[in-house]
Amino acid sequence: MKPKGTKNSFTSPVINEMSLKLPSLSVNEGMARAAIAAFCSQLDPLPVEIADIKCAVSEAVTNCIVHGYKERVGTIYITVKLCNEGIVRIEIKDKGCGIEDVRQARQPLYTTDAENERSGMGFTVMESFCDKVRVYSKCGKGTTVTLFKKLQGK
Amino acid sequence: MAKNNCNLQVNCENGILTAKLCGELDHHGAVAVRTLIDAEMTRCKPQKTVLELSELDFMDSSGLGLIMGRYALAQRMGGEFSVSRPNERILKIFKLAGLERIVKLEGVVCEKNKKERRKANETKGN
Repeated sequence: MKPKGTKNSFTSPVINEMSLKLPSLSVNEGMARAAIAAFCSQLDPLPVEIADIKCAVSEAVTNCIVHGYKERVGTIYITVKLCNEGIVRIEIKDKGCGIEDVRQARQPLYTTDAENERSGMGFTVMESFCDKVRVYSKCGKGTTVTLFKKLQGK
Repeated sequence: MAKNNCNLQVNCENGILTAKLCGELDHHGAVAVRTLIDAEMTRCKPQKTVLELSELDFMDSSGLGLIMGRYALAQRMGGEFSVSRPNERILKIFKLAGLERIVKLEGVVCEKNKKERRKANETKGN
């Protein structure tokens, strides 16, 4: 274990906060990432950082639709917090089926849905484009993915 | 259903099938794009299939699945397959999956040129 404080703990005070609630329909994926990108623009991110955020959000929202609410339409809950020191915290939550083995789900190329041409790269993309990704999941209860991104030069 | 953010133009000439994707390719758009490309590939049995991505502004891992799937189909049909002019962003996602080592890439341009071209397009458009 690393002693506390050696790694960015992403706990700066919140400047602004937005909540979004949307039905888990794939047609809403574009809106979700565009809305979050627009909200984050308050912190004046670089174009590449906005692109990272959009892509990571797209992965998390797609997971809620494809895996969380596999057979039905449920609600996706998104909270975005803009914090001091250019820290963005995005929480994306579903009340769907949950993930049995989070560690396995996060492995590159692992997918439970190969026949629909899922690449199994969702979590890998999120991890590569964010500074930290936290996944909390409970079978039958749902999954919460929190994306942390520190904007450079802030 | 609302419109697909991903616009697709398919053209098959002299045994080369070119599928040009514009806009944003995500999970929502991928199904329609896949169906259309597959129908065309089955119909004209191309010697070569090219996915033209120069005007694709956004892609997530759904795009990786789509590209791998078309690559596999082209292989099964005994044809060549390549991806043409993906932008820096898309290339970054390719590299995460090691796709650039499997699929042939054509005309990879650096971000600077891309920006200049976008600028030129904007001036032309206005």
